[in-house]
Amino acid sequence: MSSQRILEAQGISKHFLVDKGGLMRRARSVLYAVDNISLHIDQGEAVGLVGESGCGKSTLARVISRLVDPTAGTLSISGNDVTHIGSLRFVHSPLRRKVQMVFQDPSESLNPRFTVFDIIADPLRQLCRPKRKAEVVARVEEAARAVNLALELLERFPHQLSGGQKARVGIARAMVVDPELLVLDEPTSALDVSVQATVLKLLAHLRQEAGVALLFVSHDLNVVRLLCSRILVMYLGRIVESGPTEDIFNRPRHPYTKALLSAVPSLRADGRVESVHLEGELRSPINPDPHACRLAGRCPRQQERCLREEPELQPCGPDRAVRCHFPLD
Amino acid sequence: MTSSTDSAPLLSIDGLSVSFRTRRGVVNALDRVSFDVGCGEIVGVAGESGSGKSVTAFSVMGILDRAARITSGSIHFEQRDVLGMSQRQRDAWRGREASIIFQNPRTALNPIRRVGQQIADVLARHSPDSPRVIRQRVLDALRQVRVSDPEKRQNAYPMELSGGQCQRVGIAMALACSPRLLIADEPTTGLDVTTQAVIMDLIRELARSRNLGTVLITHDLALAAQYCDRVVVMHAGHVVETAEVSQLFTSARHPYTAKLLRSVPSMVDRLDQLQAIEGSLPDLRRNDLPHCRFAERCERRLPVCDSQALTLEVVGPHHRVACRNPL
Repeated sequence: MSSQRILEAQGISKHFLVDKGGLMRRARSVLYAVDNISLHIDQGEAVGLVGESGCGKSTLARVISRLVDPTAGTLSISGNDVTHIGSLRFVHSPLRRKVQMVFQDPSESLNPRFTVFDIIADPLRQLCRPKRKAEVVARVEEAARAVNLALELLERFPHQLSGGQKARVGIARAMVVDPELLVLDEPTSALDVSVQATVLKLLAHLRQEAGVALLFVSHDLNVVRLLCSRILVMYLGRIVESGPTEDIFNRPRHPYTKALLSAVPSLRADGRVESVHLEGELRSPINPDPHACRLAGRCPRQQERCLREEPELQPCGPDRAVRCHFPLD
Repeated sequence: MTSSTDSAPLLSIDGLSVSFRTRRGVVNALDRVSFDVGCGEIVGVAGESGSGKSVTAFSVMGILDRAARITSGSIHFEQRDVLGMSQRQRDAWRGREASIIFQNPRTALNPIRRVGQQIADVLARHSPDSPRVIRQRVLDALRQVRVSDPEKRQNAYPMELSGGQCQRVGIAMALACSPRLLIADEPTTGLDVTTQAVIMDLIRELARSRNLGTVLITHDLALAAQYCDRVVVMHAGHVVETAEVSQLFTSARHPYTAKLLRSVPSMVDRLDQLQAIEGSLPDLRRNDLPHCRFAERCERRLPVCDSQALTLEVVGPHHRVACRNPL
């Protein structure tokens, strides 16, 4: 079992110091972007990470890809603790290529001065140090074929591509080094629905064919539902609910999950869920009250206890956990 | 659920064609686009990017790029010819009688002007009120879109507000002069689903309570289904189908609409049911564009599709489709 575990994160936190202003800028406060999160991803698994913007899901994705170092906690890739390897050394570690990230906006994350070929070849040259040019060409073309990118597009520049083609270049760039886990940060949010469908199918195909695991970060539960077998719901730096996709959709236990589900517009009149709207906005993640539930103030089920004591993530049923004093049935 | 075929519609677009001059040829962005919007009706305009949704909206508002030319067609607002108005009449009309909510709330607002001041600008442009009255009306406008603590928030700069709050300011600005036509151009792009639901509820509620004619431009058919009375589906500058929401989602007749519906994740249960639309929009610079601009992506293409010009045919009550071989 443990040999299949690609990624294990234990008590990961990422805090940022923010200036409060003031003379000499001495007054500092702490922004708890990711606060004590544990998760694991097995081989070939597709995990969805959902939450509103500002809940820390992108930061968590970056910590997991080790683009930023966590403040606390340990991260292991294929059973090897990588938290203590310095960033510079990690670049040359053979573990580096195992976790690759696909960024949010395909237009912004491609170097406009590189051709598509060079964009895809870049991580390969950096991480795998191929000896011969023919090897680079072969692997870039293989990656392009895997994402259904026509080979004649390899000579073009990003501005000559459509949105869907750019998204595929972003995925090919991640896939070229043969990773075991793709971390996708809202890969379809900038795309049209018709193009989104192609990208989703492509990801499912890659998971099946190449056996790559996916961590799919999104705020769109409908997309996550189709692609992922397990869902983590995040709110203000914390995981508030986790479990198998079907279960969460059929029986959300956390009031926040329920609100998220009901906010998604649905085409099917029969499946129309009662609408639960959250009042107000996300609270600031700067210095949150350690003794209150972070949803307090927006939660329809809030009681007095929620303001005194922050709930723990409690297991509830097979593979499920919820962080709530008064979960839904 | 109103439909205003019996009385004169609030907005009537008839045979509108728009082209853009570019360095690499003329782009025929809209081709004979026609649809009506009644008072109190929310009409969705749906389609992929590049289908001409925003160009239609901008043509109505008269804010098209300088390179654009309206080559034919007419736009009537309460039976007044909008395209025939003088620049001055048009400027007075825009904002006071018809207004628009823009796509990206953060970039649509002036980043170096306080949001209250920006709403005041719109009010001052259209009414002779004293500065004191205008200040009061700014607060009222912000209160109506439920910005909490408007006295304080009116002094904020856009960067100090969240995306949802910025869009509330955008709505407040659009509705400040009590227009009768509201165009919302993808008002929730870039917002979270939870914020999207709240903003859309707000737009619907304000539109209904003021009996506004509303055009909701979106690429999300699920969103259109939930908030609109009627939907106009566009593809490559053509209107391909218009129908009431319930009809469109149960019995779409145009192959493009049907495909678009099957590409929406909330429509299907499993990933393998999800369908991508093959191919892409045709290059609108071409001189040899087929009569049906969907023909090259269509599985139901017949020889007759290429030989005759298409018109929107009535196939049911409030249901029209432009296809030679409908489903």
